[in-house]
Amino acid sequence: MQADIIIVGGGIMGASAAFFLRRRGKSVILLERGLVGQQASGVNFGNVRRQGRYLQQLPLANRSRAIWDRLPELIGEDCEFVASGHLRVCYTREQADKMEAYSQDARDYGLDLEMLSSNALRARFPYLGRETIAGCYDPSGGHANPRLTAPAIGRAARRAGADVREEAEVVGIAKAGDDFVVEVKGQGELRAPMLLITAGAWGGKLSALFGEPVPLAVHGPQMTVTEPLPYRIAPTIGVSTPHLHETVYFRQVKRGNIICGGFARGPASNETNRATVLPEAILGQMEQLRRVMPGFANVSTIRSWSGIESYLPDDVPIMGPSATTPGLYYAFGFCGAGFQIGPGVGDVMAELIATGATTTPIAQYGISRFASLAP
Amino acid sequence: MIIVGAGPAGMRAAEALAAAGIRPTVIDEGQLSGGQIYRRQPVNFTRRYEALYGADAKKARALHKAFNALQGRIDYRPETLAWNLRDDVLHIVTDGVAAALRFDALILATGATDRLAPIAGWTLPGCYSLGGAQIALKAQACSIGARPLFLGTGPLLYLLAYQYLKAGAPPAAVLDTAPFAAQVKALPDLAVRPGFLARGLMFRARLRAAGILIENGVEPLAIEGEGKVAAVRYRTAGGTERRIACDAVGMGFHLRSETQLADLAGCPFLFDAATGQWRPDADRDGRTPRAGIYVAGDGARLLGADAAEAAGRLAALAALTDRGMEVDMAEVARLRRRMERLDRFRRGLATAFPWPARLACAVADEVIVCRCEAITAGNIREAAVGKDAPELNRAKALSRIGMGRCQGRFCSSAAAEILAEARNVPLAEVGRLRGQAPIKPLSMATVKGERP
Repeated sequence: MQADIIIVGGGIMGASAAFFLRRRGKSVILLERGLVGQQASGVNFGNVRRQGRYLQQLPLANRSRAIWDRLPELIGEDCEFVASGHLRVCYTREQADKMEAYSQDARDYGLDLEMLSSNALRARFPYLGRETIAGCYDPSGGHANPRLTAPAIGRAARRAGADVREEAEVVGIAKAGDDFVVEVKGQGELRAPMLLITAGAWGGKLSALFGEPVPLAVHGPQMTVTEPLPYRIAPTIGVSTPHLHETVYFRQVKRGNIICGGFARGPASNETNRATVLPEAILGQMEQLRRVMPGFANVSTIRSWSGIESYLPDDVPIMGPSATTPGLYYAFGFCGAGFQIGPGVGDVMAELIATGATTTPIAQYGISRFASLAP
Repeated sequence: MIIVGAGPAGMRAAEALAAAGIRPTVIDEGQLSGGQIYRRQPVNFTRRYEALYGADAKKARALHKAFNALQGRIDYRPETLAWNLRDDVLHIVTDGVAAALRFDALILATGATDRLAPIAGWTLPGCYSLGGAQIALKAQACSIGARPLFLGTGPLLYLLAYQYLKAGAPPAAVLDTAPFAAQVKALPDLAVRPGFLARGLMFRARLRAAGILIENGVEPLAIEGEGKVAAVRYRTAGGTERRIACDAVGMGFHLRSETQLADLAGCPFLFDAATGQWRPDADRDGRTPRAGIYVAGDGARLLGADAAEAAGRLAALAALTDRGMEVDMAEVARLRRRMERLDRFRRGLATAFPWPARLACAVADEVIVCRCEAITAGNIREAAVGKDAPELNRAKALSRIGMGRCQGRFCSSAAAEILAEARNVPLAEVGRLRGQAPIKPLSMATVKGERP
């Protein structure tokens, strides 16, 4: 079996890359060990957020944000994406100053943010707690349903002609001549001159095969959801703070449930495939959420979940060509912030693979920054 | 050692541990011990045991007395929810204060709830589960209606109809989806508990004597009404369509075990083909493969209250044995024999009152299956076919089935049937919903209390 490109890993990155490669006329085989979008892509918070990303990532986030608007036209469904705004709030003057500075700098990258004083915050979002003293609002932000998004993009890729294979576990990868030879459990060998690794928390194991190990750490997001309530909260809301335990965020979906996250990162393992929500984190998160919105005290949490997210020490993902192996490309390790940029990453990787260059700068994401780790 | 649940299994487990000199903590969601079948009435109520428990009065009195006698020797925590479990620590919440309790052994005596199947109109006000209808009567002396109709299958169907008749709310009808022939076929197995069988036949006779319609082998078509229950439409075993007026419906299709804590503990589950349900794997004493975790009573296997008392003791003795303590092996042997006999009764119940799998499969697209999140049968079929979900957790992710307040406890039986049918695979292949904490809704006002 032969294709132009084999993609290993069917999360939002791999599914989007498959979709956009098909639009560029390339033949694609997408291999997913489980089901498309089942890991980090499916269990994250669902934030479609540019605000707060480090400035150099904004061009990629901007490109992706444009795709989010076009999802119905591109893949035939909206994945519950709503551009209902994104609000960051803070508890200290010092943090307010940082948000202010960020909003100034972000303007140069095409992101217009609006600083809100304590009074303005309370007038527009009366449900916020007294401790919130300032806010920064992005009207173009919003949220989508991560459980639906990657599977929907995967189905669209399949409709566009990609060979999307679920429950296809890669058991061997080697380069033979100009081709990569990928062995799939029970399916034999597949060949392609180009290979894209979008295997998330498992990406590091594959890059190591090509002499490019990376210091990938895995953690589990601590997600909870409330019972359904009347729909009142339009924007995604998050706390801006240097303290992890104060970092909580929430969004209400139109059917009424409020999805919450933050306070801590939980243990996760890409060996056992398990990720945990710590009971203490559920209680701690509740305490922090009550600070941001005291009304939380009147509702119940009905469910919690986690997943396996991968992080790099500099909080910057790996994206771009391999430094050792021609024809090999990477896009993994999105440090808990891959959902919003997912469609854009797929688009950029397709552009890179099809044309050899990208119109969006990605040099900062190169795997060679960890070259000193190579044996 | 911790026991979760203070029904017959939990109470007898506590008794056995206390007798061995251990001071177990007993976690009970209820206000008072007793569980469901031996539920105690509120303290200011004064009905006699005979009025409350009928033929079970003696057993109820004995059990309550035995548990009362444990006062001071156990740490009994009523109105307490065990909401989470991780790494040999049980997380509980009492009156809004959370605590974490480390355990060496945990006996899960978590009981069972009604097994439900969706029927068009079952979300109308006035429609209750059989268990809910019984609690209303037993705890609060309230009837669900002046003219209730009872629908479904299982021993509770007849018991409850009889209790309502006695209480002065004669049922409009008793509609059993199980064919009469199935009940006849199960007689030899049911005869293991002759008293139980005799009472079942007595309920039927009394209901008939009071002129109450009992129909077997019915196919429920719809619960009808404008804004509240007004009638039930069904097809008789002979194929005739009928409509019976009523002002409330009690429905249920026997029981399902409450297994969320065993699931969070990481206990492996087995598929029981006879009932089409998953249950925690355990040996005959209730020992699960997960060290230190034991299951007893209806939360492990649906054997009823008598077996639950025996299973509670057995699990406690197993926990003691595993801790290196000496137990009376003659008693263990006696209890095991009793459990084996009662297991035959369980098989009899499964034969006599089969889960109506076909009814669940055939439910129309527009009927709500998941009441918490208003997910229809059509939504599940769309996830199964249009979005290619091969198993329940994927169907949940794509359709929201089982994502609501009850976390699939009341819809997953039917959802699994619908999914398996839509995918054209055996029921076991679509798996079961993974448990997620909190096992019941947890107030976000909850504050942290003591540490483990």
